[in-house]
Amino acid sequence: MYRARWHHVSYEFADLRELLAKATPPRAGDALAGIGARSATENVAAKMALADVPLARFLCEAVVPYEEDEVTRLIIDGHDAAAFAPVSHLTVGGFRDWLLSDAVDGAVLGALAPGLTPEMVAAVSKIMRNQDLILAARKVHLVTRFRNSIGLPGRLSVRLQPNHPTDDRRGIAASIVDGLLYGCGDAVIGVNPASDNVGRIVELLCMLDDIVARFAIPTQSCVLTHVTTTLEAIGRGAPVDLVFQSIGGTQAVNTSFGVTLALLEEARAAALALRRGTVGDNVMYFETGQGSALSADAHHGVDQQTLEARAYAVARRFAPLLVNTVVGFIGPEYLYDGKQIIRAGLEDHFCGKLLGLPMGCDVCYTNHAEADQDDMDVLLTLLGAAGVTFVMGVPGADDIMLNYQSTSFHDALYLRDVLSLRPAPEFAAWLARMGIADDAGRLLPEAPTRRLLEHVGGLAP
Amino acid sequence: MSAEDAWRALRGVTAARIGLGRSGSAQTTRAVLDFAMAHALARDAVRTPLAWDVLEAALAALGQRCVHVASAAPDRDVYLRRPDLGRRLAAASRERVVAACPEPRELLIVIGDGLSSTGVAANAPGLVAALLRLVQDGGWTLGPIVLAAQARVALGDEVAESVGARAVLMLIGERPGLSSPDSLGAYLTYAPRVGRRDAERNCVSNIRAGGLAPAEAAFRLAWLLRAAFVRRLSGVQLKDESDVARELANARPGALARDGEGH
Repeated sequence: MYRARWHHVSYEFADLRELLAKATPPRAGDALAGIGARSATENVAAKMALADVPLARFLCEAVVPYEEDEVTRLIIDGHDAAAFAPVSHLTVGGFRDWLLSDAVDGAVLGALAPGLTPEMVAAVSKIMRNQDLILAARKVHLVTRFRNSIGLPGRLSVRLQPNHPTDDRRGIAASIVDGLLYGCGDAVIGVNPASDNVGRIVELLCMLDDIVARFAIPTQSCVLTHVTTTLEAIGRGAPVDLVFQSIGGTQAVNTSFGVTLALLEEARAAALALRRGTVGDNVMYFETGQGSALSADAHHGVDQQTLEARAYAVARRFAPLLVNTVVGFIGPEYLYDGKQIIRAGLEDHFCGKLLGLPMGCDVCYTNHAEADQDDMDVLLTLLGAAGVTFVMGVPGADDIMLNYQSTSFHDALYLRDVLSLRPAPEFAAWLARMGIADDAGRLLPEAPTRRLLEHVGGLAP
Repeated sequence: MSAEDAWRALRGVTAARIGLGRSGSAQTTRAVLDFAMAHALARDAVRTPLAWDVLEAALAALGQRCVHVASAAPDRDVYLRRPDLGRRLAAASRERVVAACPEPRELLIVIGDGLSSTGVAANAPGLVAALLRLVQDGGWTLGPIVLAAQARVALGDEVAESVGARAVLMLIGERPGLSSPDSLGAYLTYAPRVGRRDAERNCVSNIRAGGLAPAEAAFRLAWLLRAAFVRRLSGVQLKDESDVARELANARPGALARDGEGH
């Protein structure tokens, strides 16, 4: 039982699961699940009670039963007690103050990460304001590598997302060329395919590999299909750089995605065996998003933000190159409006960074959410200030395959411009060599548009 | 060929917003306003209530009787937050639909507003007209057309179960995209009852001008209906092989002439 008193009123919360849910800033998904706070005062009282909980408590009270859930077992069995030692005496409230203190920097947080569980990180995020989430996440420095170096200070990478509703290769290549000419694509050139046909996936992989090789682009490509399809493609000799998979924070939601930890391990081993990375071997690309467990009826009564943080425990096991929270894709029944989407994006970025992940964010919304481009500008700018590792680049912010609005190539230009951020160094050097940007990263007026477009014209549909 | 000509040529292979140009690090005024209008069309599709009387008149012109029902979501805000309520009938609606359809029917057509009132208004009458001819060919008994406000796909299950229909076709406005704010989806469920899962339905989507034509959608749905009645199931186990039937029909000129009138 957890308690808080305010003057003469006392509030009680039966267990950590209830306490975490009621301490969460209001959001549609928790209301839909019937687990959120019933009033504003109950919400704040839960935050007060949560602030008094010792961090060590999270090691002995699981929110999803250990016996039933391999994600809980991964979290508990993989916990590094030595790394946890510097904060083991703190409460959740004390941990917030410690995180924000001047003495704590990126080196300290990097060493701490294996000692933190997702529930601890989710808990402290719930009592942090948006500016706290930005300040603390900004301290973390984390670099991952495959054919370039992602996450260095002063850098912002972009996933180039050139989707097409029928996987037309010329259509996809045209969007890729467009993105490259705006300096995007250093995180990954990643296509969400419309088809899950292995033969079609192999064709797409070959086309992406051909573009990367022909123009000697220091980046990696990915076709975001199910991990089993990627394994089949590898079996057929396809040029796979990164293995993609959507993951969630419970065993049950991962079952609904058709994956287990063992399957992800198998896929990672298969990609590593190809030895296609030139400067590093981070070969996994994960996507997550609050609400996925509830939508799969796999949430165990746990709030969606805590479950999202648990997905990061799955991700970090596999040393990913990129982790992307697709924050507003799921719809208003989980994140109702711009305010909820902005808050969730900052929480996810903070939690992922504290757990040691290269966090990017698909700053996005659907047309039935109460959100628009102005909300996306706010979240994009805040994430830039928080040191987000990468964002999406979609032509004109309009994904014509997945039917939602993400960030555009121009949005990436804007963020780099306003915060003086550069692409990954290897990619920035390539942009200069190609005559796309100058040494300072500014786009040049005489870009090699024709040369790149001629390649597209030669492709089969 | 200039760069601008090269972009123009590529716009034929993708509807993506490529080659937009830029104003410094920002989009041009034209691109910003074009996007804003596309978003406004999609927002209006979600938020504008369907003109049910206009739809009912269009269906009456096809000789169809209608009965109005509503889901348990009282308004659009609740509808968007609570998809569970949009899947259940309001209490009074159940009695109304039972009274309107006292005898069991083989097929019930339900039209729901869903997430795009413009998609329903633009495409439902044409699809129903094309479907009616094929229903007649199939010899299936059809109940009155049920018009359902604040509806999700699964609402059709409760409607059809309450009148004992063997199958239900739910025609519903799809989640609008920027380039397709006016799309209609059609969902077939055999032996509908509360609790059916999405994997137990067949879907024909993207029915709109510039997408799937109503006559073609009706052909696929009738093929699926026939197969569902024979195999007594719908969903992932019932693969849409209507394209094979279409090819066979095309090999016999005239066989689809009536269907083609819907274009």
